[in-house]
Amino acid sequence: MAASEDSNQSKIRTAFGGVLAFFILVLIGVLAFSIRLFSVIKYESVIHEFDPYFNYRVTQFLTKNGIYDFWNWFDDRTWYPLGRVIGGTVYPGLTLTAGSIWWILNSLNIPLSVETVCVFTAPIFSANAAWATYLLTKEVKGTGAGLTAAALLAMVPSYISRSVAGSYDNEAVAIFALIFTFYLYIKTLNTGSLFYATLNAIAYFYMVCSWGGYTFIINLIPMHVLLCIVTGRYSSRLYIAYAPLVVLGTLLAALVPVVGFNAVMTSEHFASFLVFIIIHVVALVYYIKGILSPKMFKVAVTLVVSVGLVVCCAVVAVLIALVASSPTKGWSGRSLSLLDPTYASKYIPIIASVSEHQPPTWPSYFMDINVLAFLVPAGIVACFLPLSDASSFVVLYIVTSVYFSGVMVRLMLVLAPAACILSGIALSEAFDVLTRSIKFQLPGLAENSQIDAGDTTSSSVVTQDDAAKTNKNEDTLKERPSRKNRKKEKEHVEKTSIKSQIKKRLLVLPLEASVAAIFLLVLLGAFYVVHCVWAAAEAYSAPSIVLTSHSHDGLHVFDDFREAYAWLRHNTEVDDKVASWWDYGYQTTAMANRTVIVDNNTWNNTHIATVGTAMSSPEKAAWEIFNSLDVKYVLVVFGGLVGYPSDDINKFLWMVRIGGGVFPHIREPDYLRDGQYRVDSQATPTMLNCLMYKLSYFRFVETDGKAFDRVRRTEIGKKHFKLTHFEEVFTTHHWMVRIYKLKPPKNRIRVKTKKSKSKASSTTSSKRSGKRKKNPWQ
Amino acid sequence: MGFRFDLFIVLIAVLSVPVLSDLILSKVDRRIDLTSQVVRITSTLKVENSGNDPVSEVLLAFPEHQEKNLAYLTASFREGKGKGKGSTSSLPVEVVHPQGMPPALVFYSVSLPKGLGKGESLTLDVLVVFTHSLKPFPKEITQADFQLVVFQDSGHYLSPYEVKFQSLSVKLPDARIESYTRLENTKTVGSEIKYGPYENHPPFSYSPIVVHFEQNQPFAVAQQLVREIEISHWGNVQVTEHYKLIHAGAQSKGEFSRLDYQARPHVRGASAFRHLVAKLPPRAHSVYFRDEIGNISTSHLWGDLKKTELEIEPRYPMFGGWKTSFFIGYGLPLQDFLFESGGKRFLNITFGCPMNEVVIDNLIVKVVLPEGSRDISVSAPFAVKQWQETKLSHLDVVGRPVVVLEKTNVVPEHDQHFQVYYKFNNISLLREPLMLISGFFFLFVTCIVYMHVDMSISKSSASYVMKLLWEEVQAAIQQVHDIISRCLSIHDKLEASLRDLARTGDVQACKAARKASDGQLKELSKELRPLLAFLQSSPQAAQILPKVEELVAKERELQEKLMLKHTTVADSYEKKSGGKEIENRIASQQQKIVALRQEVDDLLDYIDEI
Repeated sequence: MAASEDSNQSKIRTAFGGVLAFFILVLIGVLAFSIRLFSVIKYESVIHEFDPYFNYRVTQFLTKNGIYDFWNWFDDRTWYPLGRVIGGTVYPGLTLTAGSIWWILNSLNIPLSVETVCVFTAPIFSANAAWATYLLTKEVKGTGAGLTAAALLAMVPSYISRSVAGSYDNEAVAIFALIFTFYLYIKTLNTGSLFYATLNAIAYFYMVCSWGGYTFIINLIPMHVLLCIVTGRYSSRLYIAYAPLVVLGTLLAALVPVVGFNAVMTSEHFASFLVFIIIHVVALVYYIKGILSPKMFKVAVTLVVSVGLVVCCAVVAVLIALVASSPTKGWSGRSLSLLDPTYASKYIPIIASVSEHQPPTWPSYFMDINVLAFLVPAGIVACFLPLSDASSFVVLYIVTSVYFSGVMVRLMLVLAPAACILSGIALSEAFDVLTRSIKFQLPGLAENSQIDAGDTTSSSVVTQDDAAKTNKNEDTLKERPSRKNRKKEKEHVEKTSIKSQIKKRLLVLPLEASVAAIFLLVLLGAFYVVHCVWAAAEAYSAPSIVLTSHSHDGLHVFDDFREAYAWLRHNTEVDDKVASWWDYGYQTTAMANRTVIVDNNTWNNTHIATVGTAMSSPEKAAWEIFNSLDVKYVLVVFGGLVGYPSDDINKFLWMVRIGGGVFPHIREPDYLRDGQYRVDSQATPTMLNCLMYKLSYFRFVETDGKAFDRVRRTEIGKKHFKLTHFEEVFTTHHWMVRIYKLKPPKNRIRVKTKKSKSKASSTTSSKRSGKRKKNPWQ
Repeated sequence: MGFRFDLFIVLIAVLSVPVLSDLILSKVDRRIDLTSQVVRITSTLKVENSGNDPVSEVLLAFPEHQEKNLAYLTASFREGKGKGKGSTSSLPVEVVHPQGMPPALVFYSVSLPKGLGKGESLTLDVLVVFTHSLKPFPKEITQADFQLVVFQDSGHYLSPYEVKFQSLSVKLPDARIESYTRLENTKTVGSEIKYGPYENHPPFSYSPIVVHFEQNQPFAVAQQLVREIEISHWGNVQVTEHYKLIHAGAQSKGEFSRLDYQARPHVRGASAFRHLVAKLPPRAHSVYFRDEIGNISTSHLWGDLKKTELEIEPRYPMFGGWKTSFFIGYGLPLQDFLFESGGKRFLNITFGCPMNEVVIDNLIVKVVLPEGSRDISVSAPFAVKQWQETKLSHLDVVGRPVVVLEKTNVVPEHDQHFQVYYKFNNISLLREPLMLISGFFFLFVTCIVYMHVDMSISKSSASYVMKLLWEEVQAAIQQVHDIISRCLSIHDKLEASLRDLARTGDVQACKAARKASDGQLKELSKELRPLLAFLQSSPQAAQILPKVEELVAKERELQEKLMLKHTTVADSYEKKSGGKEIENRIASQQQKIVALRQEVDDLLDYIDEI
């Protein structure tokens, strides 16, 4: 019969939709992977930037020495002479992931190098993240929205910036872990299944392993739970979604060495415990309400409220006491600067000196999430139609992540998935409405709608939902042409039909308007795609250790960093210590395999301040500091010859600030002329005599005769000078990296100078006392 | 130069040793080429047999300190009296330890193809190549200095035989000559120093000469070079060469100033070398030049039909004592290097390094044959150390056999072809693709099986039965849902027929529609009955049952109202009542219908969610 045929057809259509959705997902995965390969194609398969080099080095160690040595690894090649306990201070998720991928491949006799695996870990995991987004959005708003969101996430520039091939950083896997944890939470919330709750705790554990951003999860989920309780949406599903997560998750988190007891001791985690208590109280109340008669319940409420108040007071008191007992109120510096955006610049120059910890500018929003910024509000509206537990979570997610991204550029990364999910919902709903309106109004479609329905719906991104709905739609379709002919009674019919149809079918827009809107939406999507491809190809693919510039005679490659590191690696003793500003620490240990004094881990402010002080001191004092640290080579990055802006002279004020923060004789005003930082003839003598200046500009004047610095766009102040305690041992092709060696102390001359020195010092001391106010070092 | 005197003393002791055989070197012409870092000595020996017995071997003598740097020695035999005429053929050479010879000498014996009879003579061409024989002096220089090296040898030809007539010429690079030993009859012509001719020297005569001169040719020495040649029968020979390179000239001391180097590279950095040229075979493709921290961008590649030239520039200019390491790789077409003969395949490829003037201290050549190769044998033009390994590579099961050849002190003269013979079955080629195909096949089969097999542990457990029951209930509810939706669509059709009626006034058509729908509705309600009965009987459905029943009741009510409305309207049309009138009559019904419809839809949605 027709009816059974109908149901058969809808079954086939659903199956077809499922297969189609599967293939779309596969393609989305391919897209997410391949859009990130620009860096490999345009440059080469190489690890990027700074932190990835550390991760790469750790992975190499892991694959070479095994997991137990990895946990116990004490690295004596950094932070000389302190060293660093790597196993206990690193988030191991990324390294373990890449290490196990490498291990699996090698046990299958696929001999990929560790480097190759590391380079391609991020693209692989962004494909995973896109699939996780699909799952999450599907739980919230159905398959169509899920596919759209996954497609958007596959190419959102903000995420691309952290996950191009070679960008082997924690964020690459952490975003996947974040989305997947949220998906499992929502899934548990929707199903109330303990199975998913357990998986959720494991996913949370993976997230804790991967990234410090796990605190976002452990604060956002309690917030959502609280929101649900407050809005009267408490259910047993909510309890199952939350309680196991806190218990298992905290236990698992404490297993990660870098977190350890922080999982129960720091304020970042307290919110979850508080909500854990609250949800139990609420659960108790609901239970009692169920077993008591209303009258008894009233009595019980008064009893519980009074007891509960006491308990709450006690808990709050304990919490306050705990929090107050720690100096930072239990919050780490980075978290505090999240809550109070001005905190870092006030107290921790080392956090403030990192560009990715600055607040973003408006253009960077457009750059990083592009048209999603406009679609998000529509998505929020769609989430309220109707509001479910899941959609309220998404709304909460976007609101908090917008705030955090406003504090730190880096956290734009957390915003991106939320923006994609909401934009996916918005786009999918919009397409849903518009295509349906068109279908109602296209007369030709009415007859063969049954056959075409599957195809037309699949051509829009929405598949399954529509396929299921087509049954309902057909009925309305059939009456449509007849209605069109009766224009006189149109109003009347509309009234009745509106009332007789389901609410969902109310949103019928005029044909022309919906066609135009679809066209505009497609245009918007096309613009987004173009922008994302551009961002992936041009903006975010540069590995930053290799620079290129296009000149009239073709591509010019600046490979100076690796030139210098390779020189250090092959032409210095294996135990020589190299001092440089901390930015280059990870690269030096990984690429040059030499011991460094400070690196990008920045765990010891004093040590960094010592190097900063040395760099900002005059030669002699700097030599003494370096010599006391057993340093043999000093490496500076200098962009003045070719115009490379992020060189050490431009970072120099931070060295002064950080150095001055610990050693008060370094004072920032000494390096500034009228509050301005300059290196030309107007610069202060302190500036012109400090080590950084001298090492950067040594014999620079002889290149062009004028010593014109192309970064600062000025002629430098002091052009002709000699180094007495350092000698140049290597300078790269474009002068971007200069390496100096500390001259050994001269024994015989010292005896001679001892007399003259005392004389000289007596003479200079008078000079010194005259200048003392300006600078203690002169 | 103390050791020169030691040598002298040793050799004086040596001079008194008796003559070995009756051979006489009637003419010796030696040319020493010092223009590169390798020392090439070409000697033309005219050998005469003055004794009675035929002689089948000629001995060549080298002092021990020189011999340890000896990299290459070949002797070729020229037929005929005329110079430059006739075919040359190389002769077998081996180390011998003849009795009664002085201790500090090493002897090589050249076997002649046929015995040299009494009074006969022949001409031997001997090429000897030494490495590390140019000693930088001074040992350390600054960036601005030129590199000076010292070379020492004997002015007279060192031989166990009497030498009648000899001459020596030393060719130096076109540069300054710091000093050289003057013997009698010494003169310089341009960059050449000529010694001799000298006549009638007894066996083992030795007169040391030392040449001290400027030498700025690259002293590139590969301390180790590992060449891996991997054969793929899919059409490619992949060569990877790992270099550990050092500038073995005078050590650089003091500062390195890039400024000076860039401003006057030939003065400040004269001894440094910036690039090397590798001559690769023609049709080499996929060439790369990397080191452990990534691609090295300073390389150029050009090629024609005869060769491919790769100019590589290490990351930094190589000054004395500086080291670097890198690797280059390239693919070669299989048909150019792999041949078949007598049921065996053989690879025919060069042994040495493709770079000019690179001396290799230790060369390891690994030939990776495809998995499943058997009966492997190697034929090399000179003696090499040789063993076998296995290597596990892409999807291998037992591993690929690897032939490893090792040789120390390799110079460009060693760049000769060698052959690796093996047997290989073509079917083994398909092993890996088949493995992959079957792997994926089994993966899919497992997926299909997993999807179709009930994996629950116990078929009788309570929860399993519950689950089954619940699935049945769900199916039933789904059916109810479908039926109700179909009812609703029939209602919609009725409504549509009413509207048609309003437009056309065709009461008959409307009634026909009514009749059809009545029949359908009846059938549907029939279908509904057993489902409801099932739901009522099932304990699983207890929760949902009230809703379903409510739904069915509401739907029935709706149906009745709709029928009523339909009859009313149809009747009114029959009675030709006005539109307004009809509307008034059905207004109240219409409201109820709308309300009911709303409720039914809500209930449907509710059930749908379950």
